[in-house]
Amino acid sequence: MGEPMNISKIKSEIAKTSSEEVLNSYLEKINKSKINGYSTVYDEAVEEARDIDKNGHDGILAGVPVAVKDNISTDGIPTTCCSRILEGYTPPYDAHVVERLKSEGAIVIGKTNMDEFAMGTSTETSCYGPTLNPWDTGKVPGGSSGGSAAVIASDEAPVSLGSDTGGSVRCPASYCGVVGLKPTYGTVSRYGLISYANSLEQIGPLANNVSDVAIMMDVIGGHDTRDSTSVSQKTNYQNTLKDDVNGLKIGIPEEYFGEGIDPEVEESVWNAINKFEDMGATWEKVSMPNTSYALSAYYIIAMSEASSNLARFDGTQYGYRADGDNWHVMASRTRAEGFGTEVQRRILLGTYALSAGYYDKYYLKALKVRTLVKQDFENALSNVDVLMTPTMPTTAFKLGEKIKDPLSLYLADVNTVPVNLAGVPSISVPCGFSDGLPIGLQIIGKHFNESTILQAAYSFEQNTDYNAGRPGEVE
Amino acid sequence: MAEENPDGVVIGLEIHVQLNKLNSKMFCACSTDYHNSEPNSNTCPVCLGLPGSLPVINEKAVESAMKVGLALNCDIVEQTQFHRKNYFYPDLPKGFQITQYDYPIANDGKIVIESDEGEHVVRIKRAHMEEDPGRMMHIGNIEKSKGTLIDYNRSGMALLEIVTEPDIRSPKESRRFLDKLRNIIEYLEVFDSNLEGAMRVDANISLQGGSRTEVKNISSHKGAERALLYEIMRQKNIMRRGGEVTMETRHFDEEKGCTVGLRSKEAEHDYRYFPEPDLTPLRVADRVPKVTKTLPELPDAKRERFLSQYGMTEMHAKALTSDIRVSEFFEEVAKEVDPKTSASWVADVLKGELNYRELTVDAFKVEDMISIIQMVTQDKITEKSAVEVIRQILDYGGKPDEIVRENGLLKVEEDVVSKAVTETIQENEQAVNDYFAGKEKSLNYLVGQVMKKTRGRADAKEVRELLVDKLNK
Ligand SMILES: [Zn+2]
Repeated sequence: MGEPMNISKIKSEIAKTSSEEVLNSYLEKINKSKINGYSTVYDEAVEEARDIDKNGHDGILAGVPVAVKDNISTDGIPTTCCSRILEGYTPPYDAHVVERLKSEGAIVIGKTNMDEFAMGTSTETSCYGPTLNPWDTGKVPGGSSGGSAAVIASDEAPVSLGSDTGGSVRCPASYCGVVGLKPTYGTVSRYGLISYANSLEQIGPLANNVSDVAIMMDVIGGHDTRDSTSVSQKTNYQNTLKDDVNGLKIGIPEEYFGEGIDPEVEESVWNAINKFEDMGATWEKVSMPNTSYALSAYYIIAMSEASSNLARFDGTQYGYRADGDNWHVMASRTRAEGFGTEVQRRILLGTYALSAGYYDKYYLKALKVRTLVKQDFENALSNVDVLMTPTMPTTAFKLGEKIKDPLSLYLADVNTVPVNLAGVPSISVPCGFSDGLPIGLQIIGKHFNESTILQAAYSFEQNTDYNAGRPGEVE
Repeated sequence: MAEENPDGVVIGLEIHVQLNKLNSKMFCACSTDYHNSEPNSNTCPVCLGLPGSLPVINEKAVESAMKVGLALNCDIVEQTQFHRKNYFYPDLPKGFQITQYDYPIANDGKIVIESDEGEHVVRIKRAHMEEDPGRMMHIGNIEKSKGTLIDYNRSGMALLEIVTEPDIRSPKESRRFLDKLRNIIEYLEVFDSNLEGAMRVDANISLQGGSRTEVKNISSHKGAERALLYEIMRQKNIMRRGGEVTMETRHFDEEKGCTVGLRSKEAEHDYRYFPEPDLTPLRVADRVPKVTKTLPELPDAKRERFLSQYGMTEMHAKALTSDIRVSEFFEEVAKEVDPKTSASWVADVLKGELNYRELTVDAFKVEDMISIIQMVTQDKITEKSAVEVIRQILDYGGKPDEIVRENGLLKVEEDVVSKAVTETIQENEQAVNDYFAGKEKSLNYLVGQVMKKTRGRADAKEVRELLVDKLNK
């Protein structure tokens, strides 16, 4: 087992050698890697590293390589959502989060592999082929930000950005044994994030430890006038993290420990809760009765929004373009050839849910359920500070095991999607292993109360050693 | 008040007004000046609909829309919400248009127009905001085009769609309505009707006993009357032959002046409206007092004021206020010269000369108008000469006094001729008697005498007329 990397180690490494050398050592590792965590590796980043070495930079991430999910726009670096339809598309602008990273001196080392358009839980639907789980290459890394989690677990980047629409940061964090945060809706600007389901998703950081996640949040969070749903102010989590959960009230929603949960996962999560109790926290069971409706509501809302968001990919301006005698034929063929099966499925289902005569029955009803789910969280979190659940009901499953059965794949998201419906923040931290595969603990907080869940996760990390090791070199 | 309407014509209009006086587009900071720009130069990720871009509401556009709503006597909604209207079209970069659906910015207004029997109220159902798509340009002609180019400079321009109730009863009335609407909106300084594409109209029309058709793509307020006249004729002829007018969407072909049916598939749309997730609902009710304060005096109010303040005729008041620029021009002139006289010169003369040349009042200087009227009132030039001066300025430019001098239009010179005529009559008793005795030739002699006196500067024909005039007094 290797030793996990972190931002402060990287910075002292850079101080000892140079940004260029550190970057090159990462590029070498990536070139040798078998896990297919990157969709695009940005070798030209060396120029930026040299520039930082030459001119210096006082940013908190000066010279630190960062991997960015392939649905976050990067000026001059292809951004394809791992879809054929965006073949050859290179954005002429940086996403807000990328601007922020660059202003702190970070170097985008590459774009990470993902499920096509972030629609998936396994990173198997990427047009570049699946990413493998560094702990067991026969297993999926989770998704949709599978690449962003896997490259950290395999030390091909110290930190990364993913996006979380229904668990897409937390699921791969859990499966790959790293830390991943889904911030409160509105905390991080979505400007430049290629939308899958706008009302649900947030960009979130992944790292080997909670401190690095806090640093990344401080960098990417804060108000951005270009995103009308962006609300929060700048934060300073990195300097306020304390190893202290004394008096922390934990709620355990029974509904999250239901059918389909792996007994070993359940046991690890209860061990974690007991650990928190040892550390001075208290826990109580809470009820969230509408949890069982969350999954269906989530998929209806996500697919409906997706059906509209993905309408722009018609071959007119950019990306893949099929032949056709007229525009309508060209656009139809482009979409038929450019989108993968799962994306087409979701576009069709979403189109259906928004259609006249079905809108009330599906979309409107889903919005009502969303309100109920939100109320569940408000009620539960009115008596406790945080909620704790398994991030995923199981550990990473086999490659190819669920890809032919979309429903079983959708069911894997059961513990993560309610969080997106409610818009509250949630973090996944490693809390054990089962058959050598990592298990994730999900800690959910109140709106804009990232500090509490970060501190709980940090304290847990300080008092346990679940993320002390890393998978060996993948051969 | 029942207007003659034997065919039972019922017309409702949907008018797209481009808020083209705004500095920036509806959801991004790009310039709105697409008419004078290179294609695709006023664009950004937002109005190009690039992946990852997000819209931000232009608050000025919202306030402009509120201004229009208030000027059309509408109620302003408490809180507005933008929706997505989903459809595929080459000029639509996002595959949907951001528009307002069940919470339009303004509801339930009215416009009072003149009908042949007096005032007629056309109710405004709603006015909602939306973004303009890009502009397609075909290489070659539309039928045999080698390809199509898209200019996204127009993409994202703020539009206001104003929907009337079916209260209009003839094409003529629809023209009057559109003229009035245009006039009101121009008063608000949010809209310049002279720019191409500034006002586009869709019309719903039915005749008694027939179904309603929708005529789309009428690209100007002027085209609306023509499109409707054609459509009424078409529907009447179908009914006359015992046929049935079917409910359909038709396209107005501006060049041919006719309407063409679209394949029914094209007309059937399920736009799958749903709330735009990237924009939060916007509370606007509390801005109503502030926006109301910015409302200028509107055409009807200005007309009333012109009547009472300047004592002009109803006709002059109407003519002067039907165009905000003309009304402002008039008031500038009226500061210096008698208002009633000014009203007559601006409304009766200048406006006519401008219309004839398809010019706006911006083509004429207030100071020139003042000096021309002053020359007339001070008896320096005749009214006829004054009209000539106005024409010369419009056609060739120049200053009034120069034109008067160069063309010898000063009345003083006419007096010289007149004096010469009188003297000639007094000095040539014999020739005068001969003239009355029927000797035509003596008139030629008299003309010659006058020409001699004026050293040939007078116009012989005018001199002859003047002589005949004076002799017969
Ligand atoms: Zn723009």
